[in-house]
Order: sequence, then C-alpha cells, then structure tokens
Amino acid sequence: VSADLQLPYAARVFISFVALLRANGFAVAPEQTTAFLAAIELLGPRSLEHIRRAGLATLAPAPERRATYDRLFDIHFRGSEAIERAEGEDEEVVRLQEEGRGEDEPPLADEANESGLAAARAEVLVERRFAQVSTSDALRRLSREAPARLPRRRGHRRRRARHGPFADLRRTLRESVRNDGEVLRLGRLRRRARPRKILLLIDVSGSMKARTEENMRLAHALSHAAGNVEVFTFGTRLTRVTRALRLKRREQALNAAAHLVSDWDGGTRIGDALQAFLAVPRFGGYARGAAVVIVSDGLERGDPAALRDAVARLSHRAWRVSWLTPLATAPGFRPQTEALIAIRRFVDDLVDGGSSAAVVAHLLSLGTRRAA
Amino acid sequence: MPVRSNIVGIDSPEALERALRAAYYLADDAIATASYLALALGKPLLLEGAPGVGKTEAAKAIAAVLGRKLIRLQCYEGIDAAAALYEWNYPRQMLAIRQAGEESIDIYGETFLIERPMLAALRAPDSTVLLIDEIDRADQEFEAFLLEFLSDFQISIPERGTLRATEHPVVVLTSNRTRDLHEALRRRCVYHWIDYPTAEREARIVMMRASSVAESTARAVVAAVGALRREPLSKIPGIAEAVDWAEAATLLHRGGARWPDAFKRSIGVALKDEEDLHFIAPRLDALIAEAAA
Repeated sequence: VSADLQLPYAARVFISFVALLRANGFAVAPEQTTAFLAAIELLGPRSLEHIRRAGLATLAPAPERRATYDRLFDIHFRGSEAIERAEGEDEEVVRLQEEGRGEDEPPLADEANESGLAAARAEVLVERRFAQVSTSDALRRLSREAPARLPRRRGHRRRRARHGPFADLRRTLRESVRNDGEVLRLGRLRRRARPRKILLLIDVSGSMKARTEENMRLAHALSHAAGNVEVFTFGTRLTRVTRALRLKRREQALNAAAHLVSDWDGGTRIGDALQAFLAVPRFGGYARGAAVVIVSDGLERGDPAALRDAVARLSHRAWRVSWLTPLATAPGFRPQTEALIAIRRFVDDLVDGGSSAAVVAHLLSLGTRRAA
Repeated sequence: MPVRSNIVGIDSPEALERALRAAYYLADDAIATASYLALALGKPLLLEGAPGVGKTEAAKAIAAVLGRKLIRLQCYEGIDAAAALYEWNYPRQMLAIRQAGEESIDIYGETFLIERPMLAALRAPDSTVLLIDEIDRADQEFEAFLLEFLSDFQISIPERGTLRATEHPVVVLTSNRTRDLHEALRRRCVYHWIDYPTAEREARIVMMRASSVAESTARAVVAAVGALRREPLSKIPGIAEAVDWAEAATLLHRGGARWPDAFKRSIGVALKDEEDLHFIAPRLDALIAEAAA
C-alpha cells in the first residue's frame, strides 16, 4: 500500500465505526461508507448528532436495529462505558403478558400432557441449544418435492402461452413485420402461477417440548425449499425467526433462532400470541392470502375466547388455516380440549402434527387443496 | 459521486426544513437531514414507515420546494417494464405498416413510443421528481429491475439503444414495510424511517392542514389519536385520519353538537375497521374525556 492511499487521519474514526457496525452484524457496503463520509462533510459536521444522522441515512440500519445502532454509536463516539450485549431484532419480539398477570387463568382441563401442566406460570427464559442430528427422510422429501407440490396461486405477471385470455401484442407485431404487416397468428399470454406465501407458527411451549426441535428443523428446511415462508415461534412471547432461518447452514440457523427466542419450554398463551401477531400491521400482512400452518397442541392456558377470536380473524385473512397437533394421531380425531373445540370451525384442516413425516405430508398435500 | 452542496439555494438541512415548511410540510430534523443528503449526494431517497405517516406527502413537498413536476409511479404486484418504463403503441405501428405499403418505414420511431413514468423522469431529470410509491407492493423481479435503474440511471430499449440521464434525477421511494426490501436496494439509497410525529408536531400539522380547526381541538384530537395508536388495532389511524377527525368534529360542533359528543360521533373518520370500533367502544368515552382534558 503506497502512502498516498492512506486515509486522512480524521476519517479513520468513521471508518472504524463502520467496521464496528459490521462486526455487530450490520451489512454495510463500501459505497455506503463513501456516502457516509461525503454526508459528514456536507453537514459540517457541527455536532455529534450530525454524524449520527448521517450514519442513519447512509448506512441504513433496519428500524428494529436502531437501538443497537444508537448504542454502538455512543460506545464508539461518546466512549460510553455501559457496554452491554447488543440485542438484535428488538422489534421482532412481542411480549404477551405482564409479569404476574394471569392469576385467574382457568386450570388446564386436560389429562393428556403432563409437561403442559408443569409449564411455569412466570416466563421461563432459557436459551436452548439444538443438538446436531442428521437429516431425516421427511426433510429430504420436503426439499425434493416442495417446488412441485407446495400451494401456488395465480400471479399477476403474464407469460407466453399457446392459449390464454390475453393477446401478446408485442410478439404479434414482431411476427407480422416479417409478413408485410399481415397478422397470421395472434400471440397469446396467460397469467403465471406463483408460489403461495406460507406462514408457519410454531408452538415452543413446555407441552410441545418433545417436538420443538424437530419443528424448528422442519421450518428451516421449508424456508429453504420455498421462497416466501414466514416463521414465528410463540409461547409466552411471539418471535419472528424468519431471518435467522434464512442462514443456509442448519446448525448456524438454528443457533441464531435459539438465540432470538427466549421463551422455550415455558407456558402457552396461544390466543394472546395470535392476537399480538394480528395487532402488528406488518406481521398481520404476512397472513393475507397465505397458507397458514400452526403447529401446536392447543393446550391453552389463557382465555379460550381470545383464541377463538384470533383464529377467526386469521381465517378471514388466510387462504387456508391448518392446525397440526400431536394429539391428532388417529384419523377420526375429535378434539377434547376446550380451546381446540372452540376453534374447530375456523380451522380448515385439523390434522396430525406428531411427527415430521406427518407435517411434511400435510404441507405437500396443500398444493392440491382449495381455498377455504 | 456528484456532490452538490447547494440545491436551488438550499445549503443545509435547516434551510431545507424551512423551505419544506413553506410548502406546507412540517419536517423534523431527521427527515430534513436525510432529504438534504439525498439531494446533495444525488442518491435516491428511501422512506419507510407505517401507513399514514406522510411519506408520499414528503415527496410532494420536495417536488414543490425544487419547483419540479412530480411524476408518480404507483407500484402493484406484477408491475413490469411496460407499465413503468415504456411501451410501444402497437395498434399505431400496425396501421403504419399497412399504410406504408411498399415504402420502408421506421416503426420504432418517437411517435410510436409511449412514455411511462421512469422514462419520463429519465428524459427530463432537471425538471421532475420521480416518486416510486409503495415499492413493497411490487414483486422481487421489479425490485431487481429497479436496482439497475437506480444505480446507473440508464435504460436500454432494444429497438433504439441505451438512454442515459444527463444528471441524476431526484427519486423518492416509499415503502409501508409489508415485506422486507432487498438489502441491495436499501444500500443504493439514502434511508429514513418515518415514525409517527410527536404530539406537539402533529398538532401543528393538523392546524396547518385544516385551518378551521381551533388549537384546543387539534390538541385533543392528537392526544386521542396518540392513545388509539397505543391500542392493538388492525388499522392504526395516521396523520390524515387525525386531520379528518379534527375537521369532522369541528363541523359537528358548529352544527350544534357538544364537544365530547362531536368527537365521539365522528370517530368513524379515524377508525375505519368494524372490529377496531367494536374493540374500542367500551373505553371510548374515557379515552376522549382524557384526551380533551
């Protein structure tokens, strides 16, 4: 490196700030760094606030990571002593209950699951480590058959076709020019099919403990097999794990998700979780026209009426709502719990979710089903 | 990178804020800074925020400040180059071929080209502002296509060759964030997340937008709307709803209704979802009383 390529001394502190951001998981491109420096110069800068705003505008941290950005900024430029662990994705987690609320919860009226009863009333915040298990046949089947068998919808883009409802004027004209402007055949267009959105909501509470790990692996496989999959986990909190699961390597993705979700193996408040999901407009939009798949045993510790309302609203927005429960092992399954009875008429499929093979089989059968 | 520190006499974020205020847009420091940087650095401005926080209004105000025409491209799923860029006038081309007979004719001439928003902005970069509205509604193919346009500001029409802008046009993109935009798109732009305004600023916006509304009414409406925004509603009232509510309540009040009643009866302009109205109804009286206090 020659001497004239060295940065001016004053610029180094900004470059090192960008490096600090990158080290904390912010994706910053070189062109953004250049824009950052140009912006600082434009603004004077007359105060630290100018530098902070220049960074916000040009380095473009995502809104939910704004708090982390501000903290890193203070550490770097103000020399703040309070260095905490940067908490990413602040806005992607929605807490469902106040501490101590829920004293008047009805006792769980079900004999089926011991661990559901044992699930602590206060949030149990634990971080879970996923063990490394080799890919099961079910997941392999999912990846292989997903492109052909997951549900599709009619898109708005058009493609050439032999028959179709629209005329392809561009192609027709080009062909007619060869024949001195004589139209011999009218080109046709039809609407292209596109993969339908899939919204996967996974219960990670104590009563689902035995299934949680496999469900998360399945969610990872699904989000790589299909393009637009949104994944949330719920227990005592609602957490969006879509971004974590986009990491390609499974162990890495599952560890990232495990880091985000802090209510593993705790209590369940499905009704509140779904209400919270619908109340965030950005999240609620993911359900519109989507194949909604809820993997949960439906052992509700909250109010069954809240759950019923939430599922009803969800089913109005969704293309089809499937509820996969490990309790539904036999074909003639009749729900026993109050919660499942309450929601039965809003759910389009109430089927077995007791094994990965069963969940995969249901997902792959969605393509042949109709809107409900 | 073409850096211009002075755009039509505006040489700082503060100056831009004053100019925007003259164009009836009350900007806070952060959005004024981001807009100034976008103009000065010649980069597109990407505004994200919940519906109804004034993203489109910001673009209109910027166009007014610069004294340029606003060209708006509303995005939707399936929007493609023919709707955004250019299209050939096929019926005219077809007719021209028939009429020409044995003579040769250029059917890809200017007269057969239908200009769409992006091409129009590219051809007159010094007199237009291009607003690409609700980019999150478009699909990923269009986003990729946009990426190419925003990095080079050039368009290639196979029949005519490549068109390049003489200078970087002013481009504003807005998104409601119903889905995550591609990182590369955010990277190309100067980014700003618009939040709901503070109560103080929103009251001033309401008074500026609806001149018939008294200050006390504006403050009460803003307080009530602020309280509604903290509720888990499916459609959260935006700034436009606050303005409408203040105007509607004032109108009813002039017609003889008493204050709390005027507010309560006009709630329909602020909350437009049956379920939300149902949800808030039991607490509406308390909410309005508290806001009016």
